[in-house]
Amino acid sequence: MRGVYTVFRKELADHFSSYRFLILFALITMVSLIMVYMAGMGLREALEGAVKPKFVFLMLFTSTGALFSLSQFVAFFGPLIGLVIGFDAINRERSTGTLSKLVSQPIYRDAIINGKFLAGVATIAIMLTSIALMISGLGILILGVVPGIDEILRVVFYLLISLFYISFWLGVAILFSVLFRSIATSALASVALWIFFSFFVTLGANVLANALVPMEKDATTVEQVIKHVRTQKALSLLSPMVLYTDSTSVIIDPMKKSTRSLMLVGPLEELSLSRFQNPLPLSQSLLVVFPYIAVLVAITLVCFGITYAVFMLQEIRAL
Amino acid sequence: MAEDKIILETQNLTKRYGQILAVDGLSLQVQAGEIFGFLGPNGAGKTTTILMLLGLTQPTGGRVRVCGFDPTREAIQVKRRVGYLPEHLGFYEDMTARENLRYVSRLNGIPEETAGPRIEEALQTVGLPDDGDRRVGEFSRGMRQRLGIAEVLIKDPQLVILDEPTLGLDPDASNRIIGLIEELSRAKGITVLFSSHHLHQVQKISDRIGIMIRGRMVAVGTIDQLAQEKLGIGKETYTLEELYLKYFQEA
Repeated sequence: MRGVYTVFRKELADHFSSYRFLILFALITMVSLIMVYMAGMGLREALEGAVKPKFVFLMLFTSTGALFSLSQFVAFFGPLIGLVIGFDAINRERSTGTLSKLVSQPIYRDAIINGKFLAGVATIAIMLTSIALMISGLGILILGVVPGIDEILRVVFYLLISLFYISFWLGVAILFSVLFRSIATSALASVALWIFFSFFVTLGANVLANALVPMEKDATTVEQVIKHVRTQKALSLLSPMVLYTDSTSVIIDPMKKSTRSLMLVGPLEELSLSRFQNPLPLSQSLLVVFPYIAVLVAITLVCFGITYAVFMLQEIRAL
Repeated sequence: MAEDKIILETQNLTKRYGQILAVDGLSLQVQAGEIFGFLGPNGAGKTTTILMLLGLTQPTGGRVRVCGFDPTREAIQVKRRVGYLPEHLGFYEDMTARENLRYVSRLNGIPEETAGPRIEEALQTVGLPDDGDRRVGEFSRGMRQRLGIAEVLIKDPQLVILDEPTLGLDPDASNRIIGLIEELSRAKGITVLFSSHHLHQVQKISDRIGIMIRGRMVAVGTIDQLAQEKLGIGKETYTLEELYLKYFQEA
């Protein structure tokens, strides 16, 4: 434990004093504040004179002020935080020769990888929390509403899911820094994987669904449409970004009751749905997206597990 | 520590990388307090041997005991007692010398109160008392090497293993390192095992030497003994260089 803590402390200090972190943090803070400001102004205008709906505060995260909403922004560019923090974690030490020094100290070898991963996660957590607090402050100023306990809890869960999502990409970056000796290669490989899973998988899911379950213009049955949508959904879930956006959109928006875009409802259900237009309690929102969250946590752990195993089994000669 | 106490012992130590036999049945004993010079051409298996002594590489066969522990099973115990200076030693360039030493002392679990004085003492010993707050990035090669030795001293080792400590140094810097090694051994009773290609320096400070060629230890003993055996001449009329080349040609 002493080893993990020592490595963790040193890595955390390194992160916070690096220019890389400062630039990233400044950039993300700036963009977030601008977006929340725009969203807040838009909301204020829209709600002028109207009765305020419930959960105005949470709308800050979901309403599209400028180009996209804040939660979309984190979904798109959050992974970049993880990648930037992790892509040279191991191979930089290898190229400067400090890794062979570390492994010859009386600490277990996994303390190095655990300490580095935990320091990365802590950095991300501190970054996310501070940005969320700044946003909340700005939101309260603009909207003049104070979030209730339910809203605060929802934001906390939103942050937790974001933390796992970004940590997954941190894990990927550290894995590549173990696998590749060149820093440039690991950076490029992790960015390539990020682009593939975030953008191409969602695009590819459409294309593949069209190929697997084609929909003709005139003679499409209901069954076909359902099958098509389901195939497309299943394929797009391969992307961590889709997992993340689906789960957070339900968490952050109490009015949203399902991650599905297409819902089959019978006449009676339709009636009950229109009569009960009330928000879901937090526990129910969590229940709706629990499988998504579970998968996000699982891929993060699996990714770290692979990194751990590869690092532990590597010949020291290669260090 | 008793003069005849064995601090490092290997029996039939073997390491195989695929088809290549890197270390072939090495049996060696190093006594506490002595300076052991480890010679051999590049790629002879010296570094591999050193890595096995530290438990950084698994031996294919044979037995190793360092400070009474098996490096494969009790690597932590061995690493606590053995200071290792790798061939290509690295520092965190953005940190000062003192911060680098502080990190190593924390990794060794040295309490903060004792770490401070120990760091100062180590810097003093290696002749860098005024450079502690400079970034290591500014250090010359010789200074880095001395800082490396300071780093090894931090953990108060019983045995120090130095892999080519004078590699790429100018004669003056290299003499300083050699002098430092000798001083440590004589003053503190630390056992030293070091590999080098600078034969006259090895001759100057080593109590015993071992010559390794293509994974086999071809000779172990005091330089005088070996010279007597191999060259059949007495002291002062030979150099280690002649002896080394003789073994090398035969192998």
